[in-house]
Amino acid sequence: MLILDRVFLTISTTGIPERPATDLGFLLHKHPEKAQAFSTSYGTAHVFYPEAGPERCTAALLLEVDPVALVRRGKGKGRGGAPDAALAQYVNDRPYAASSLLAVALAQVFKTALHGVCRALPERAARPLPLRIEVPALPARGGSELVRELFGPLGWTTVEAEPVALDAEFPAWGDSRYVRLVLEGDGLRLADALNQLYVLLPVLDDAKHYWVAPDEVDKLLRAGDGWLAAHPRRELITTRYLARRRSLAREAAERLELVRLAEADGLDVGDVDNAVDEASDTEERPVPLAVLRREAILAALRASGAARVLDLGCGQGQLVQELLKDVRFTEIVGVDVSARALSVAARRLRLDRMGERQAARVTLTQGSLAYTDKRLAGYDAAVLSEVIEHLDLPRLSALEYAVFGAARPRTVVVTTPNVEYNVRWESLPAGHVRHGDHRFEWTRAEFRAWAEGVAGRFGYGVEFAPVGEDDPEVGPPTQLALFTRTAPSGPGEAHPHDRTHASTHANENKHEHTHEKEGART
Amino acid sequence: MSAESVTTTGERRVLPVTDLSLVVLVGATGSGKSSFARRHFKPTEVVSSDFCRGLVADDENDQSASGDAFDVLHYIVGKRLAAGRLTVVDATNVQREARRRLVALAREHDVLPIAIVLDLPEAVCRERNALRPDRSGMPPHVIPRHRRELHRGLKGLEREGFRKVHVLRSPDEVDAAEVVRERRYNDLRHLTGPFDIIGDVHGCRSELETLLGRLGYVDGAHPEGRTAVFVGDLVDRGPDSPGVLRRVMGMVAAGTALCVPGNHENKLGRWLKGRKVRETHGLAETIEQLGREPEEFRTEVREFIDGLVSHYVLDGGRLVVCHAGLPEKYHGRTSGRVRSHALYGDTTGETDAFGLPVRYPWAEDYRGRAAVVYGHTPVPVTSWLNNTLCLDTGAVFGGRMTALRWPEREIVDVPAERVWYAPARPAASEAPGGHQGRPLDLADVRGRRTVETRHLGNVAVREENAAAALEVMSRFAVDPRLLAYLPPTMAPGPTARAEGFLEHPAEAFAQYRADGVGRVVCEEKHMGSRAVALVCRDAAAARERFGVDGPTGALHTRTGRPFFDGPEVTEEVLGRLRAAIGAAGLWEELETDWLLLDGELMPWSLKSMGLLRAQYAAVGAASGAVLPQAVRALETAAARGVEGLGGLLAAQRERAADAGAFTEAYRRYCWPTDGLDGVRFAPFQLLAARGASLAGVPHDRQLTWLDRLVAHDPTGLLRETRRIVVDTGDGASVRAGTDWWLELTAAGGEGMVVKPLAALVEDGSGRPVQPGVKVRGREYLRIVYGPEYTRPENLERLRQRALGHKRSLALREYALGLEALARLADGEPLWRVHEAVFAVLALESEPVDPRL
Repeated sequence: MLILDRVFLTISTTGIPERPATDLGFLLHKHPEKAQAFSTSYGTAHVFYPEAGPERCTAALLLEVDPVALVRRGKGKGRGGAPDAALAQYVNDRPYAASSLLAVALAQVFKTALHGVCRALPERAARPLPLRIEVPALPARGGSELVRELFGPLGWTTVEAEPVALDAEFPAWGDSRYVRLVLEGDGLRLADALNQLYVLLPVLDDAKHYWVAPDEVDKLLRAGDGWLAAHPRRELITTRYLARRRSLAREAAERLELVRLAEADGLDVGDVDNAVDEASDTEERPVPLAVLRREAILAALRASGAARVLDLGCGQGQLVQELLKDVRFTEIVGVDVSARALSVAARRLRLDRMGERQAARVTLTQGSLAYTDKRLAGYDAAVLSEVIEHLDLPRLSALEYAVFGAARPRTVVVTTPNVEYNVRWESLPAGHVRHGDHRFEWTRAEFRAWAEGVAGRFGYGVEFAPVGEDDPEVGPPTQLALFTRTAPSGPGEAHPHDRTHASTHANENKHEHTHEKEGART
Repeated sequence: MSAESVTTTGERRVLPVTDLSLVVLVGATGSGKSSFARRHFKPTEVVSSDFCRGLVADDENDQSASGDAFDVLHYIVGKRLAAGRLTVVDATNVQREARRRLVALAREHDVLPIAIVLDLPEAVCRERNALRPDRSGMPPHVIPRHRRELHRGLKGLEREGFRKVHVLRSPDEVDAAEVVRERRYNDLRHLTGPFDIIGDVHGCRSELETLLGRLGYVDGAHPEGRTAVFVGDLVDRGPDSPGVLRRVMGMVAAGTALCVPGNHENKLGRWLKGRKVRETHGLAETIEQLGREPEEFRTEVREFIDGLVSHYVLDGGRLVVCHAGLPEKYHGRTSGRVRSHALYGDTTGETDAFGLPVRYPWAEDYRGRAAVVYGHTPVPVTSWLNNTLCLDTGAVFGGRMTALRWPEREIVDVPAERVWYAPARPAASEAPGGHQGRPLDLADVRGRRTVETRHLGNVAVREENAAAALEVMSRFAVDPRLLAYLPPTMAPGPTARAEGFLEHPAEAFAQYRADGVGRVVCEEKHMGSRAVALVCRDAAAARERFGVDGPTGALHTRTGRPFFDGPEVTEEVLGRLRAAIGAAGLWEELETDWLLLDGELMPWSLKSMGLLRAQYAAVGAASGAVLPQAVRALETAAARGVEGLGGLLAAQRERAADAGAFTEAYRRYCWPTDGLDGVRFAPFQLLAARGASLAGVPHDRQLTWLDRLVAHDPTGLLRETRRIVVDTGDGASVRAGTDWWLELTAAGGEGMVVKPLAALVEDGSGRPVQPGVKVRGREYLRIVYGPEYTRPENLERLRQRALGHKRSLALREYALGLEALARLADGEPLWRVHEAVFAVLALESEPVDPRL
C-alpha cells in the first residue's frame, strides 16, 4: 500500500472594492497570478489560485507527498537485505499520516501568515475577514461529530463536516474515516484560522505523527494562543496532539508480529490486538463495577487463606496491584496471553523500579489456558476474573481442564457478567454484549449449571455470590463462583498405567498427608 | 563377589575389569600404582593425583595443593565417564573419604567402580620411594600410616560400593597380574538381528502365539534366524502367565529370543524369593496360575527373572530395548537408577490431579541416535517420537499386541481376543486432545523452539513469533483438535523485467526450468480468502478421529480463525462439501471418512472487510474526494491564465485515472452476500485423508478429484479452478501459458499460481523446490503497490524488492505444513500435529515485506 499521497486544501475570501479579495495574496505572501511550488520535508507543496478577483479569491494548497521519502525516513534494517518492511509499511504507508504532513506543509509554506505577519497590509492581517476553508478529504477519528465539536467553539459561522462514503458502489460498507470539511465565517483573522488548522488537523488524525520534534509542546502553545485555553475539548486536543508519541512508536514495534498475523487474514490489526482495553465496563457507577469486583475477589481469597495466588488472564494487572498491597499474598503470578497486556501491566506496576522484596512476590508471564501449563501447578488459589467469556464456547473445556484438572489450585474464583443485568445498562443497546470481544454472556442459571458441572467433574465444591447491586429482578451485574477443591483425585482422568513400584505408594501416601495438612490450614 | 576374586591361568593372574568402569587404584605411597597403571592401561586412561597436583601447584609433591588437585582430578574423571570412557584413578585412595567421593562419581555417571589394591610390604614401598629423589625426603611415618589406613578399609570395600575388588599382595602377584576387559552384560552391539521386538504380553498367551505366527516363528524359532526381543511385562493380569513364561524362557534358552525385565517381572521375582509384596495389579492372578505349576517351574522362573538384564544395546549401538524407556545417557550404563528407569520410567516428583506421580515425558527430550523401543505405558496407537517407540498397545485391556520388525521398522500387530482385564482407567485422558495421547501443553509451543521436519530438517521458531502465535491461537483459532493444517505463505515468482510489469509468467517458468522442473501447472488464482476445510463424513467420524463432540469438521482461515461466526453457517458449508464428496464417490475411493481441503473462499469482502475499510477502500474514498476537486481547481486556474500549471494538471489527471483503476481493481473482488448466497469456495488441493497425506499427489490427479467435486455440487457453492499445463522447456508451451495469464488478468483475474505438476519436487540437494509461485496480474498489483505503481520510475524502484526471505519463509512453512499432514496421517498424537501447525502460524508473524 502506498500512502494517500495527495492532500488538498482551499482558502477563499470575499471582498469589496476597498478591500479586494485578492488581498489574500498579500496575507498569504503568495502571488495570486503565479503557480508556485515549495519543497517540504515530505514532498512538494503547490500553491495556486483557481480564482482571484476583487469579489472572490481562492488559494489552493496541493501537497504531493513523496512516499519514497517517507519510507526512507522510517527505513530500518530488516532481514535478508529487505528494509524492515513491516515497520516502514505500518508506520508510514497508511493514509492517516496525511493530516500531519499537511500541517507541516502549512507551517512551512504559510509561515509568515501563520504568525499573523503582513508587512504590506498589517491592518488587514490584524483584522478578521470573511473566510471559507475547504478540505475535501480530512481524516477524522471521531467523525463529523468531533469535527463540529472542535471547530464549533472557534468562531466559525458554519462548520460543515460531511462523511465521505467508503465506496459508492457498496453503500452497505458505510462511511470512510474521511469527512469533507467546510468552514465559513467572518469573525476570524487568517492567522487564527491557519493556527487552528495547524493544531486540529493532526488532532483529528489522532496522534499518528511519528516524526514530531521535541519542541512540540512549545509549538502547540504558540499555535493555540488565544483559543486553546478556553476550548471545551482542550484536554482531548492536547492529549491527542502530544499523544504518547514515544510510546506509540514503541507500541507499534511491540505489536508488529500481531500486525502481520492480522494482515495474513485480511484483518485490521485492531481486530486482533484488542486485548488491552481500559474501559471494559459499560458504564461508570458511583463505585465502578471493576472496583467492586476486585473487592469481592480479594475477600474470597482472604477467606480461603490463600498465600500463593494465580491471576489467570491478569490483563493490565489491576488485580495484581491490589494483591500486592496485602502481604498475606506472598506469591502473585499474573498470567495473560497478550504480551502487550503484560507490558502494560509491568509499566502499571512499575516492576522495573519496585523494591527487591516486593518484586520477589510478583511474576508476570505469558501463558494460555488453552494449554496445560506445568508452571501453574501447586498454587493455593487461582482467579479467573472476566476471562471465560473471552473464549469461544467450544474451547472452554480446554480451560476447564488446564485450571481444574491440571493446575488444580485449592481455590478458584471465577467472575463473569450476568447477561440478565444488561437491560439495566442504559447505554447498552438491547441484545448487545458488554464488550466487543465477549464470545458469550451467561444468565445466572447458565453460569450455575456450568460451574456445577465443572465442580462435579473435577472434584470441587462451588458457591455463588453476587458482585454489585443485586437487582431483585435481574440479579447482580457480575456473578462470582467460588470453587473449593474437595478431592485430591477426581473421577475421569486416566493415569496411563498401573504402578507397582514401591515409591509410588510412598508418593501417594505423602500426597494424602499434604492434603490433610492443607485442609487443616483452611 | 568375593574380596579375593582370583582367577589363575598358569602363572598369570587375570583381573577382570568391566570395559566401562572407574578403576580405583588403592595403595600406600611407593606401592607401585603408577607403574601398574602404565603397564595395564593407556596413558590417557590414567588420571593421577600427582599429575593434578603438578597442574595446580607446579609441584607434584606439594601436599598443600591436594584439595585443588583432587577437584581437578574429579572434574577430569567426571568428563571422561560422561563420555563413556574407562578411567583409572592413580592416587593412594587409602582413606575411606577419598574412595567415597570416587564411588559417588562413578554412580553419578552410572558406571561400575572397581578397586585394584596394591597391598605391598612396607619395606618394598620404602625401597621404591628411596630411589625417587623427589620422595627421598618423605617422613618415615607416612608409609606405615598409609598401610594402617589401607588395612582398616580393606574388608569393607564392597560395602563401600566397589563391584569388583582385586587385591595384590606381593611384587610377584603384581608382576603376574593381567587386566582383562569384560563386555558389559547389556552390551550386545555385536548382535545384528534381524529382530522382532514384542510389546507387553501380560499373560496373553494366545495373542502371543498368534503374533509369533504372524511374525513367522514356528514353535519358538524363526526359519530365517530372526531373534525375538521381549520388552518385559510378560506376566500378570492375563489368563496364562505361566504359558507365556514357558514360551519366552524356552526361546531365550534356545537362543532365539532376548528378554528384558518389566516391572511386573521384578515384582513377581521378589514374591518368588519370599519377599512381602502387595498382590495388586494382576499379580494375584499370576500367583494363582503359578500355584498350579510344579515347584521346579517356579524355581526356573525365579532364576530366569533373576538373570534378566535391565536393557540391551543392540545392532552396533543403533537399537536399545528396555521396558520403560531410557534416555541416551543411560544407554549401556550400569547402576541402580539405570535399572530403575529401565523398569519404571521416570517421574517428575509431582503428583497429578489424582494423586499419582506425574510421569516425566523422557521421550520428548530424547535426541539420541539409537532407536529406543520400549513398552510399559499403554498407548492408543504406536508412533515414533524422536526415534523412540512404545510398543505397549494394551493387549490385555482389549487393545492390540504389537511387534516391531527391526531393522525394517515395520509394525506387526494382532488384536486382543477379548478384554482380559478391565483397565482401572481408560488408556487415555478424557481431557481435550487426551484421547490421542495427552492434552496440549504450553511447553509444546512456548518460547524458542525447533521443529523437526522430514523434508527440511529442523525449522526454528523464534520466541517473539511464538508469543504472537500463542495469542492468536489461543484467542481466535478453532479447536486445535480440528486445526490439522495451516497453509504456507507463497512467494511471487522472480521480479519481471518486461516493460510495464512487476510480475510476469516468463520468470516463473524460467525459474522452475532452472530448478529442473519440466512440467508445471498454472492454476487460476482466486481472489478471496484462503480457507481450509476439514470435512468429516458425520459427527461420529469427527468424534472418533478428532475427539470432538458436535461439529463435523471446521472451516478456518490461514491463521486458524473460524471463517463464519456461527457454527450453523460452517455446518451448512461442510454439509454441502460432504454431499459433493459423497456424490463424487471420494469417501470410497480414498478409503476415508474425513477429508482435509485447501481452497479459496470468495468474495474477498466476505472476510477482509477490516483491511478493505482501513486501507483499500479508504485510499479509494480519499482519492475520489480529493482528486476531482484538485483537478477542477487546476483547470479553473489554468483557464484564467495562471502559468506553469500544465505539468501539474496533466499529472493530477493521470493520477485521477490511476485512482479510478485502483478502485476498480479491488471492486472486482467484492460482491454482496447474504448467508451463503453469493459465497463461493474453490478447492485446489486435497491435503489429507485417513492414513494418508495427499500433499505429494500430482496436481493433475488432484484437479481431477476436485473437478469431480465441483461437478457433484448442485448448490453452486463450489467453483472450478481453471488451469493449463506448461512445459517449461518448450517455447510454444511457455508462450501459451503466458497468453493464458494475459487473458486471465485482462479479464480482471488476480493472476495465477505456477506449481510443479508433480507437487512435491526436490532439487539436486534434496531440498524441496518452491511448491508454487504466484504471478499476479498487472491491474491486481495496484491494490498491493498503490494506484501509480506502473509509472516507470515507480516500477524501477519496486524492482529492487528482495524476495529471498519470502522464498525461504514459504519453504519453511511448506515443510512444516507437510510435516503436520504426515504426522496427522501417521496417527501421531495431537500435540505433535499441533506443534507443526503452531510453528506455521508463528512463522507467519516473521518480518517480511507484506506486499510480496
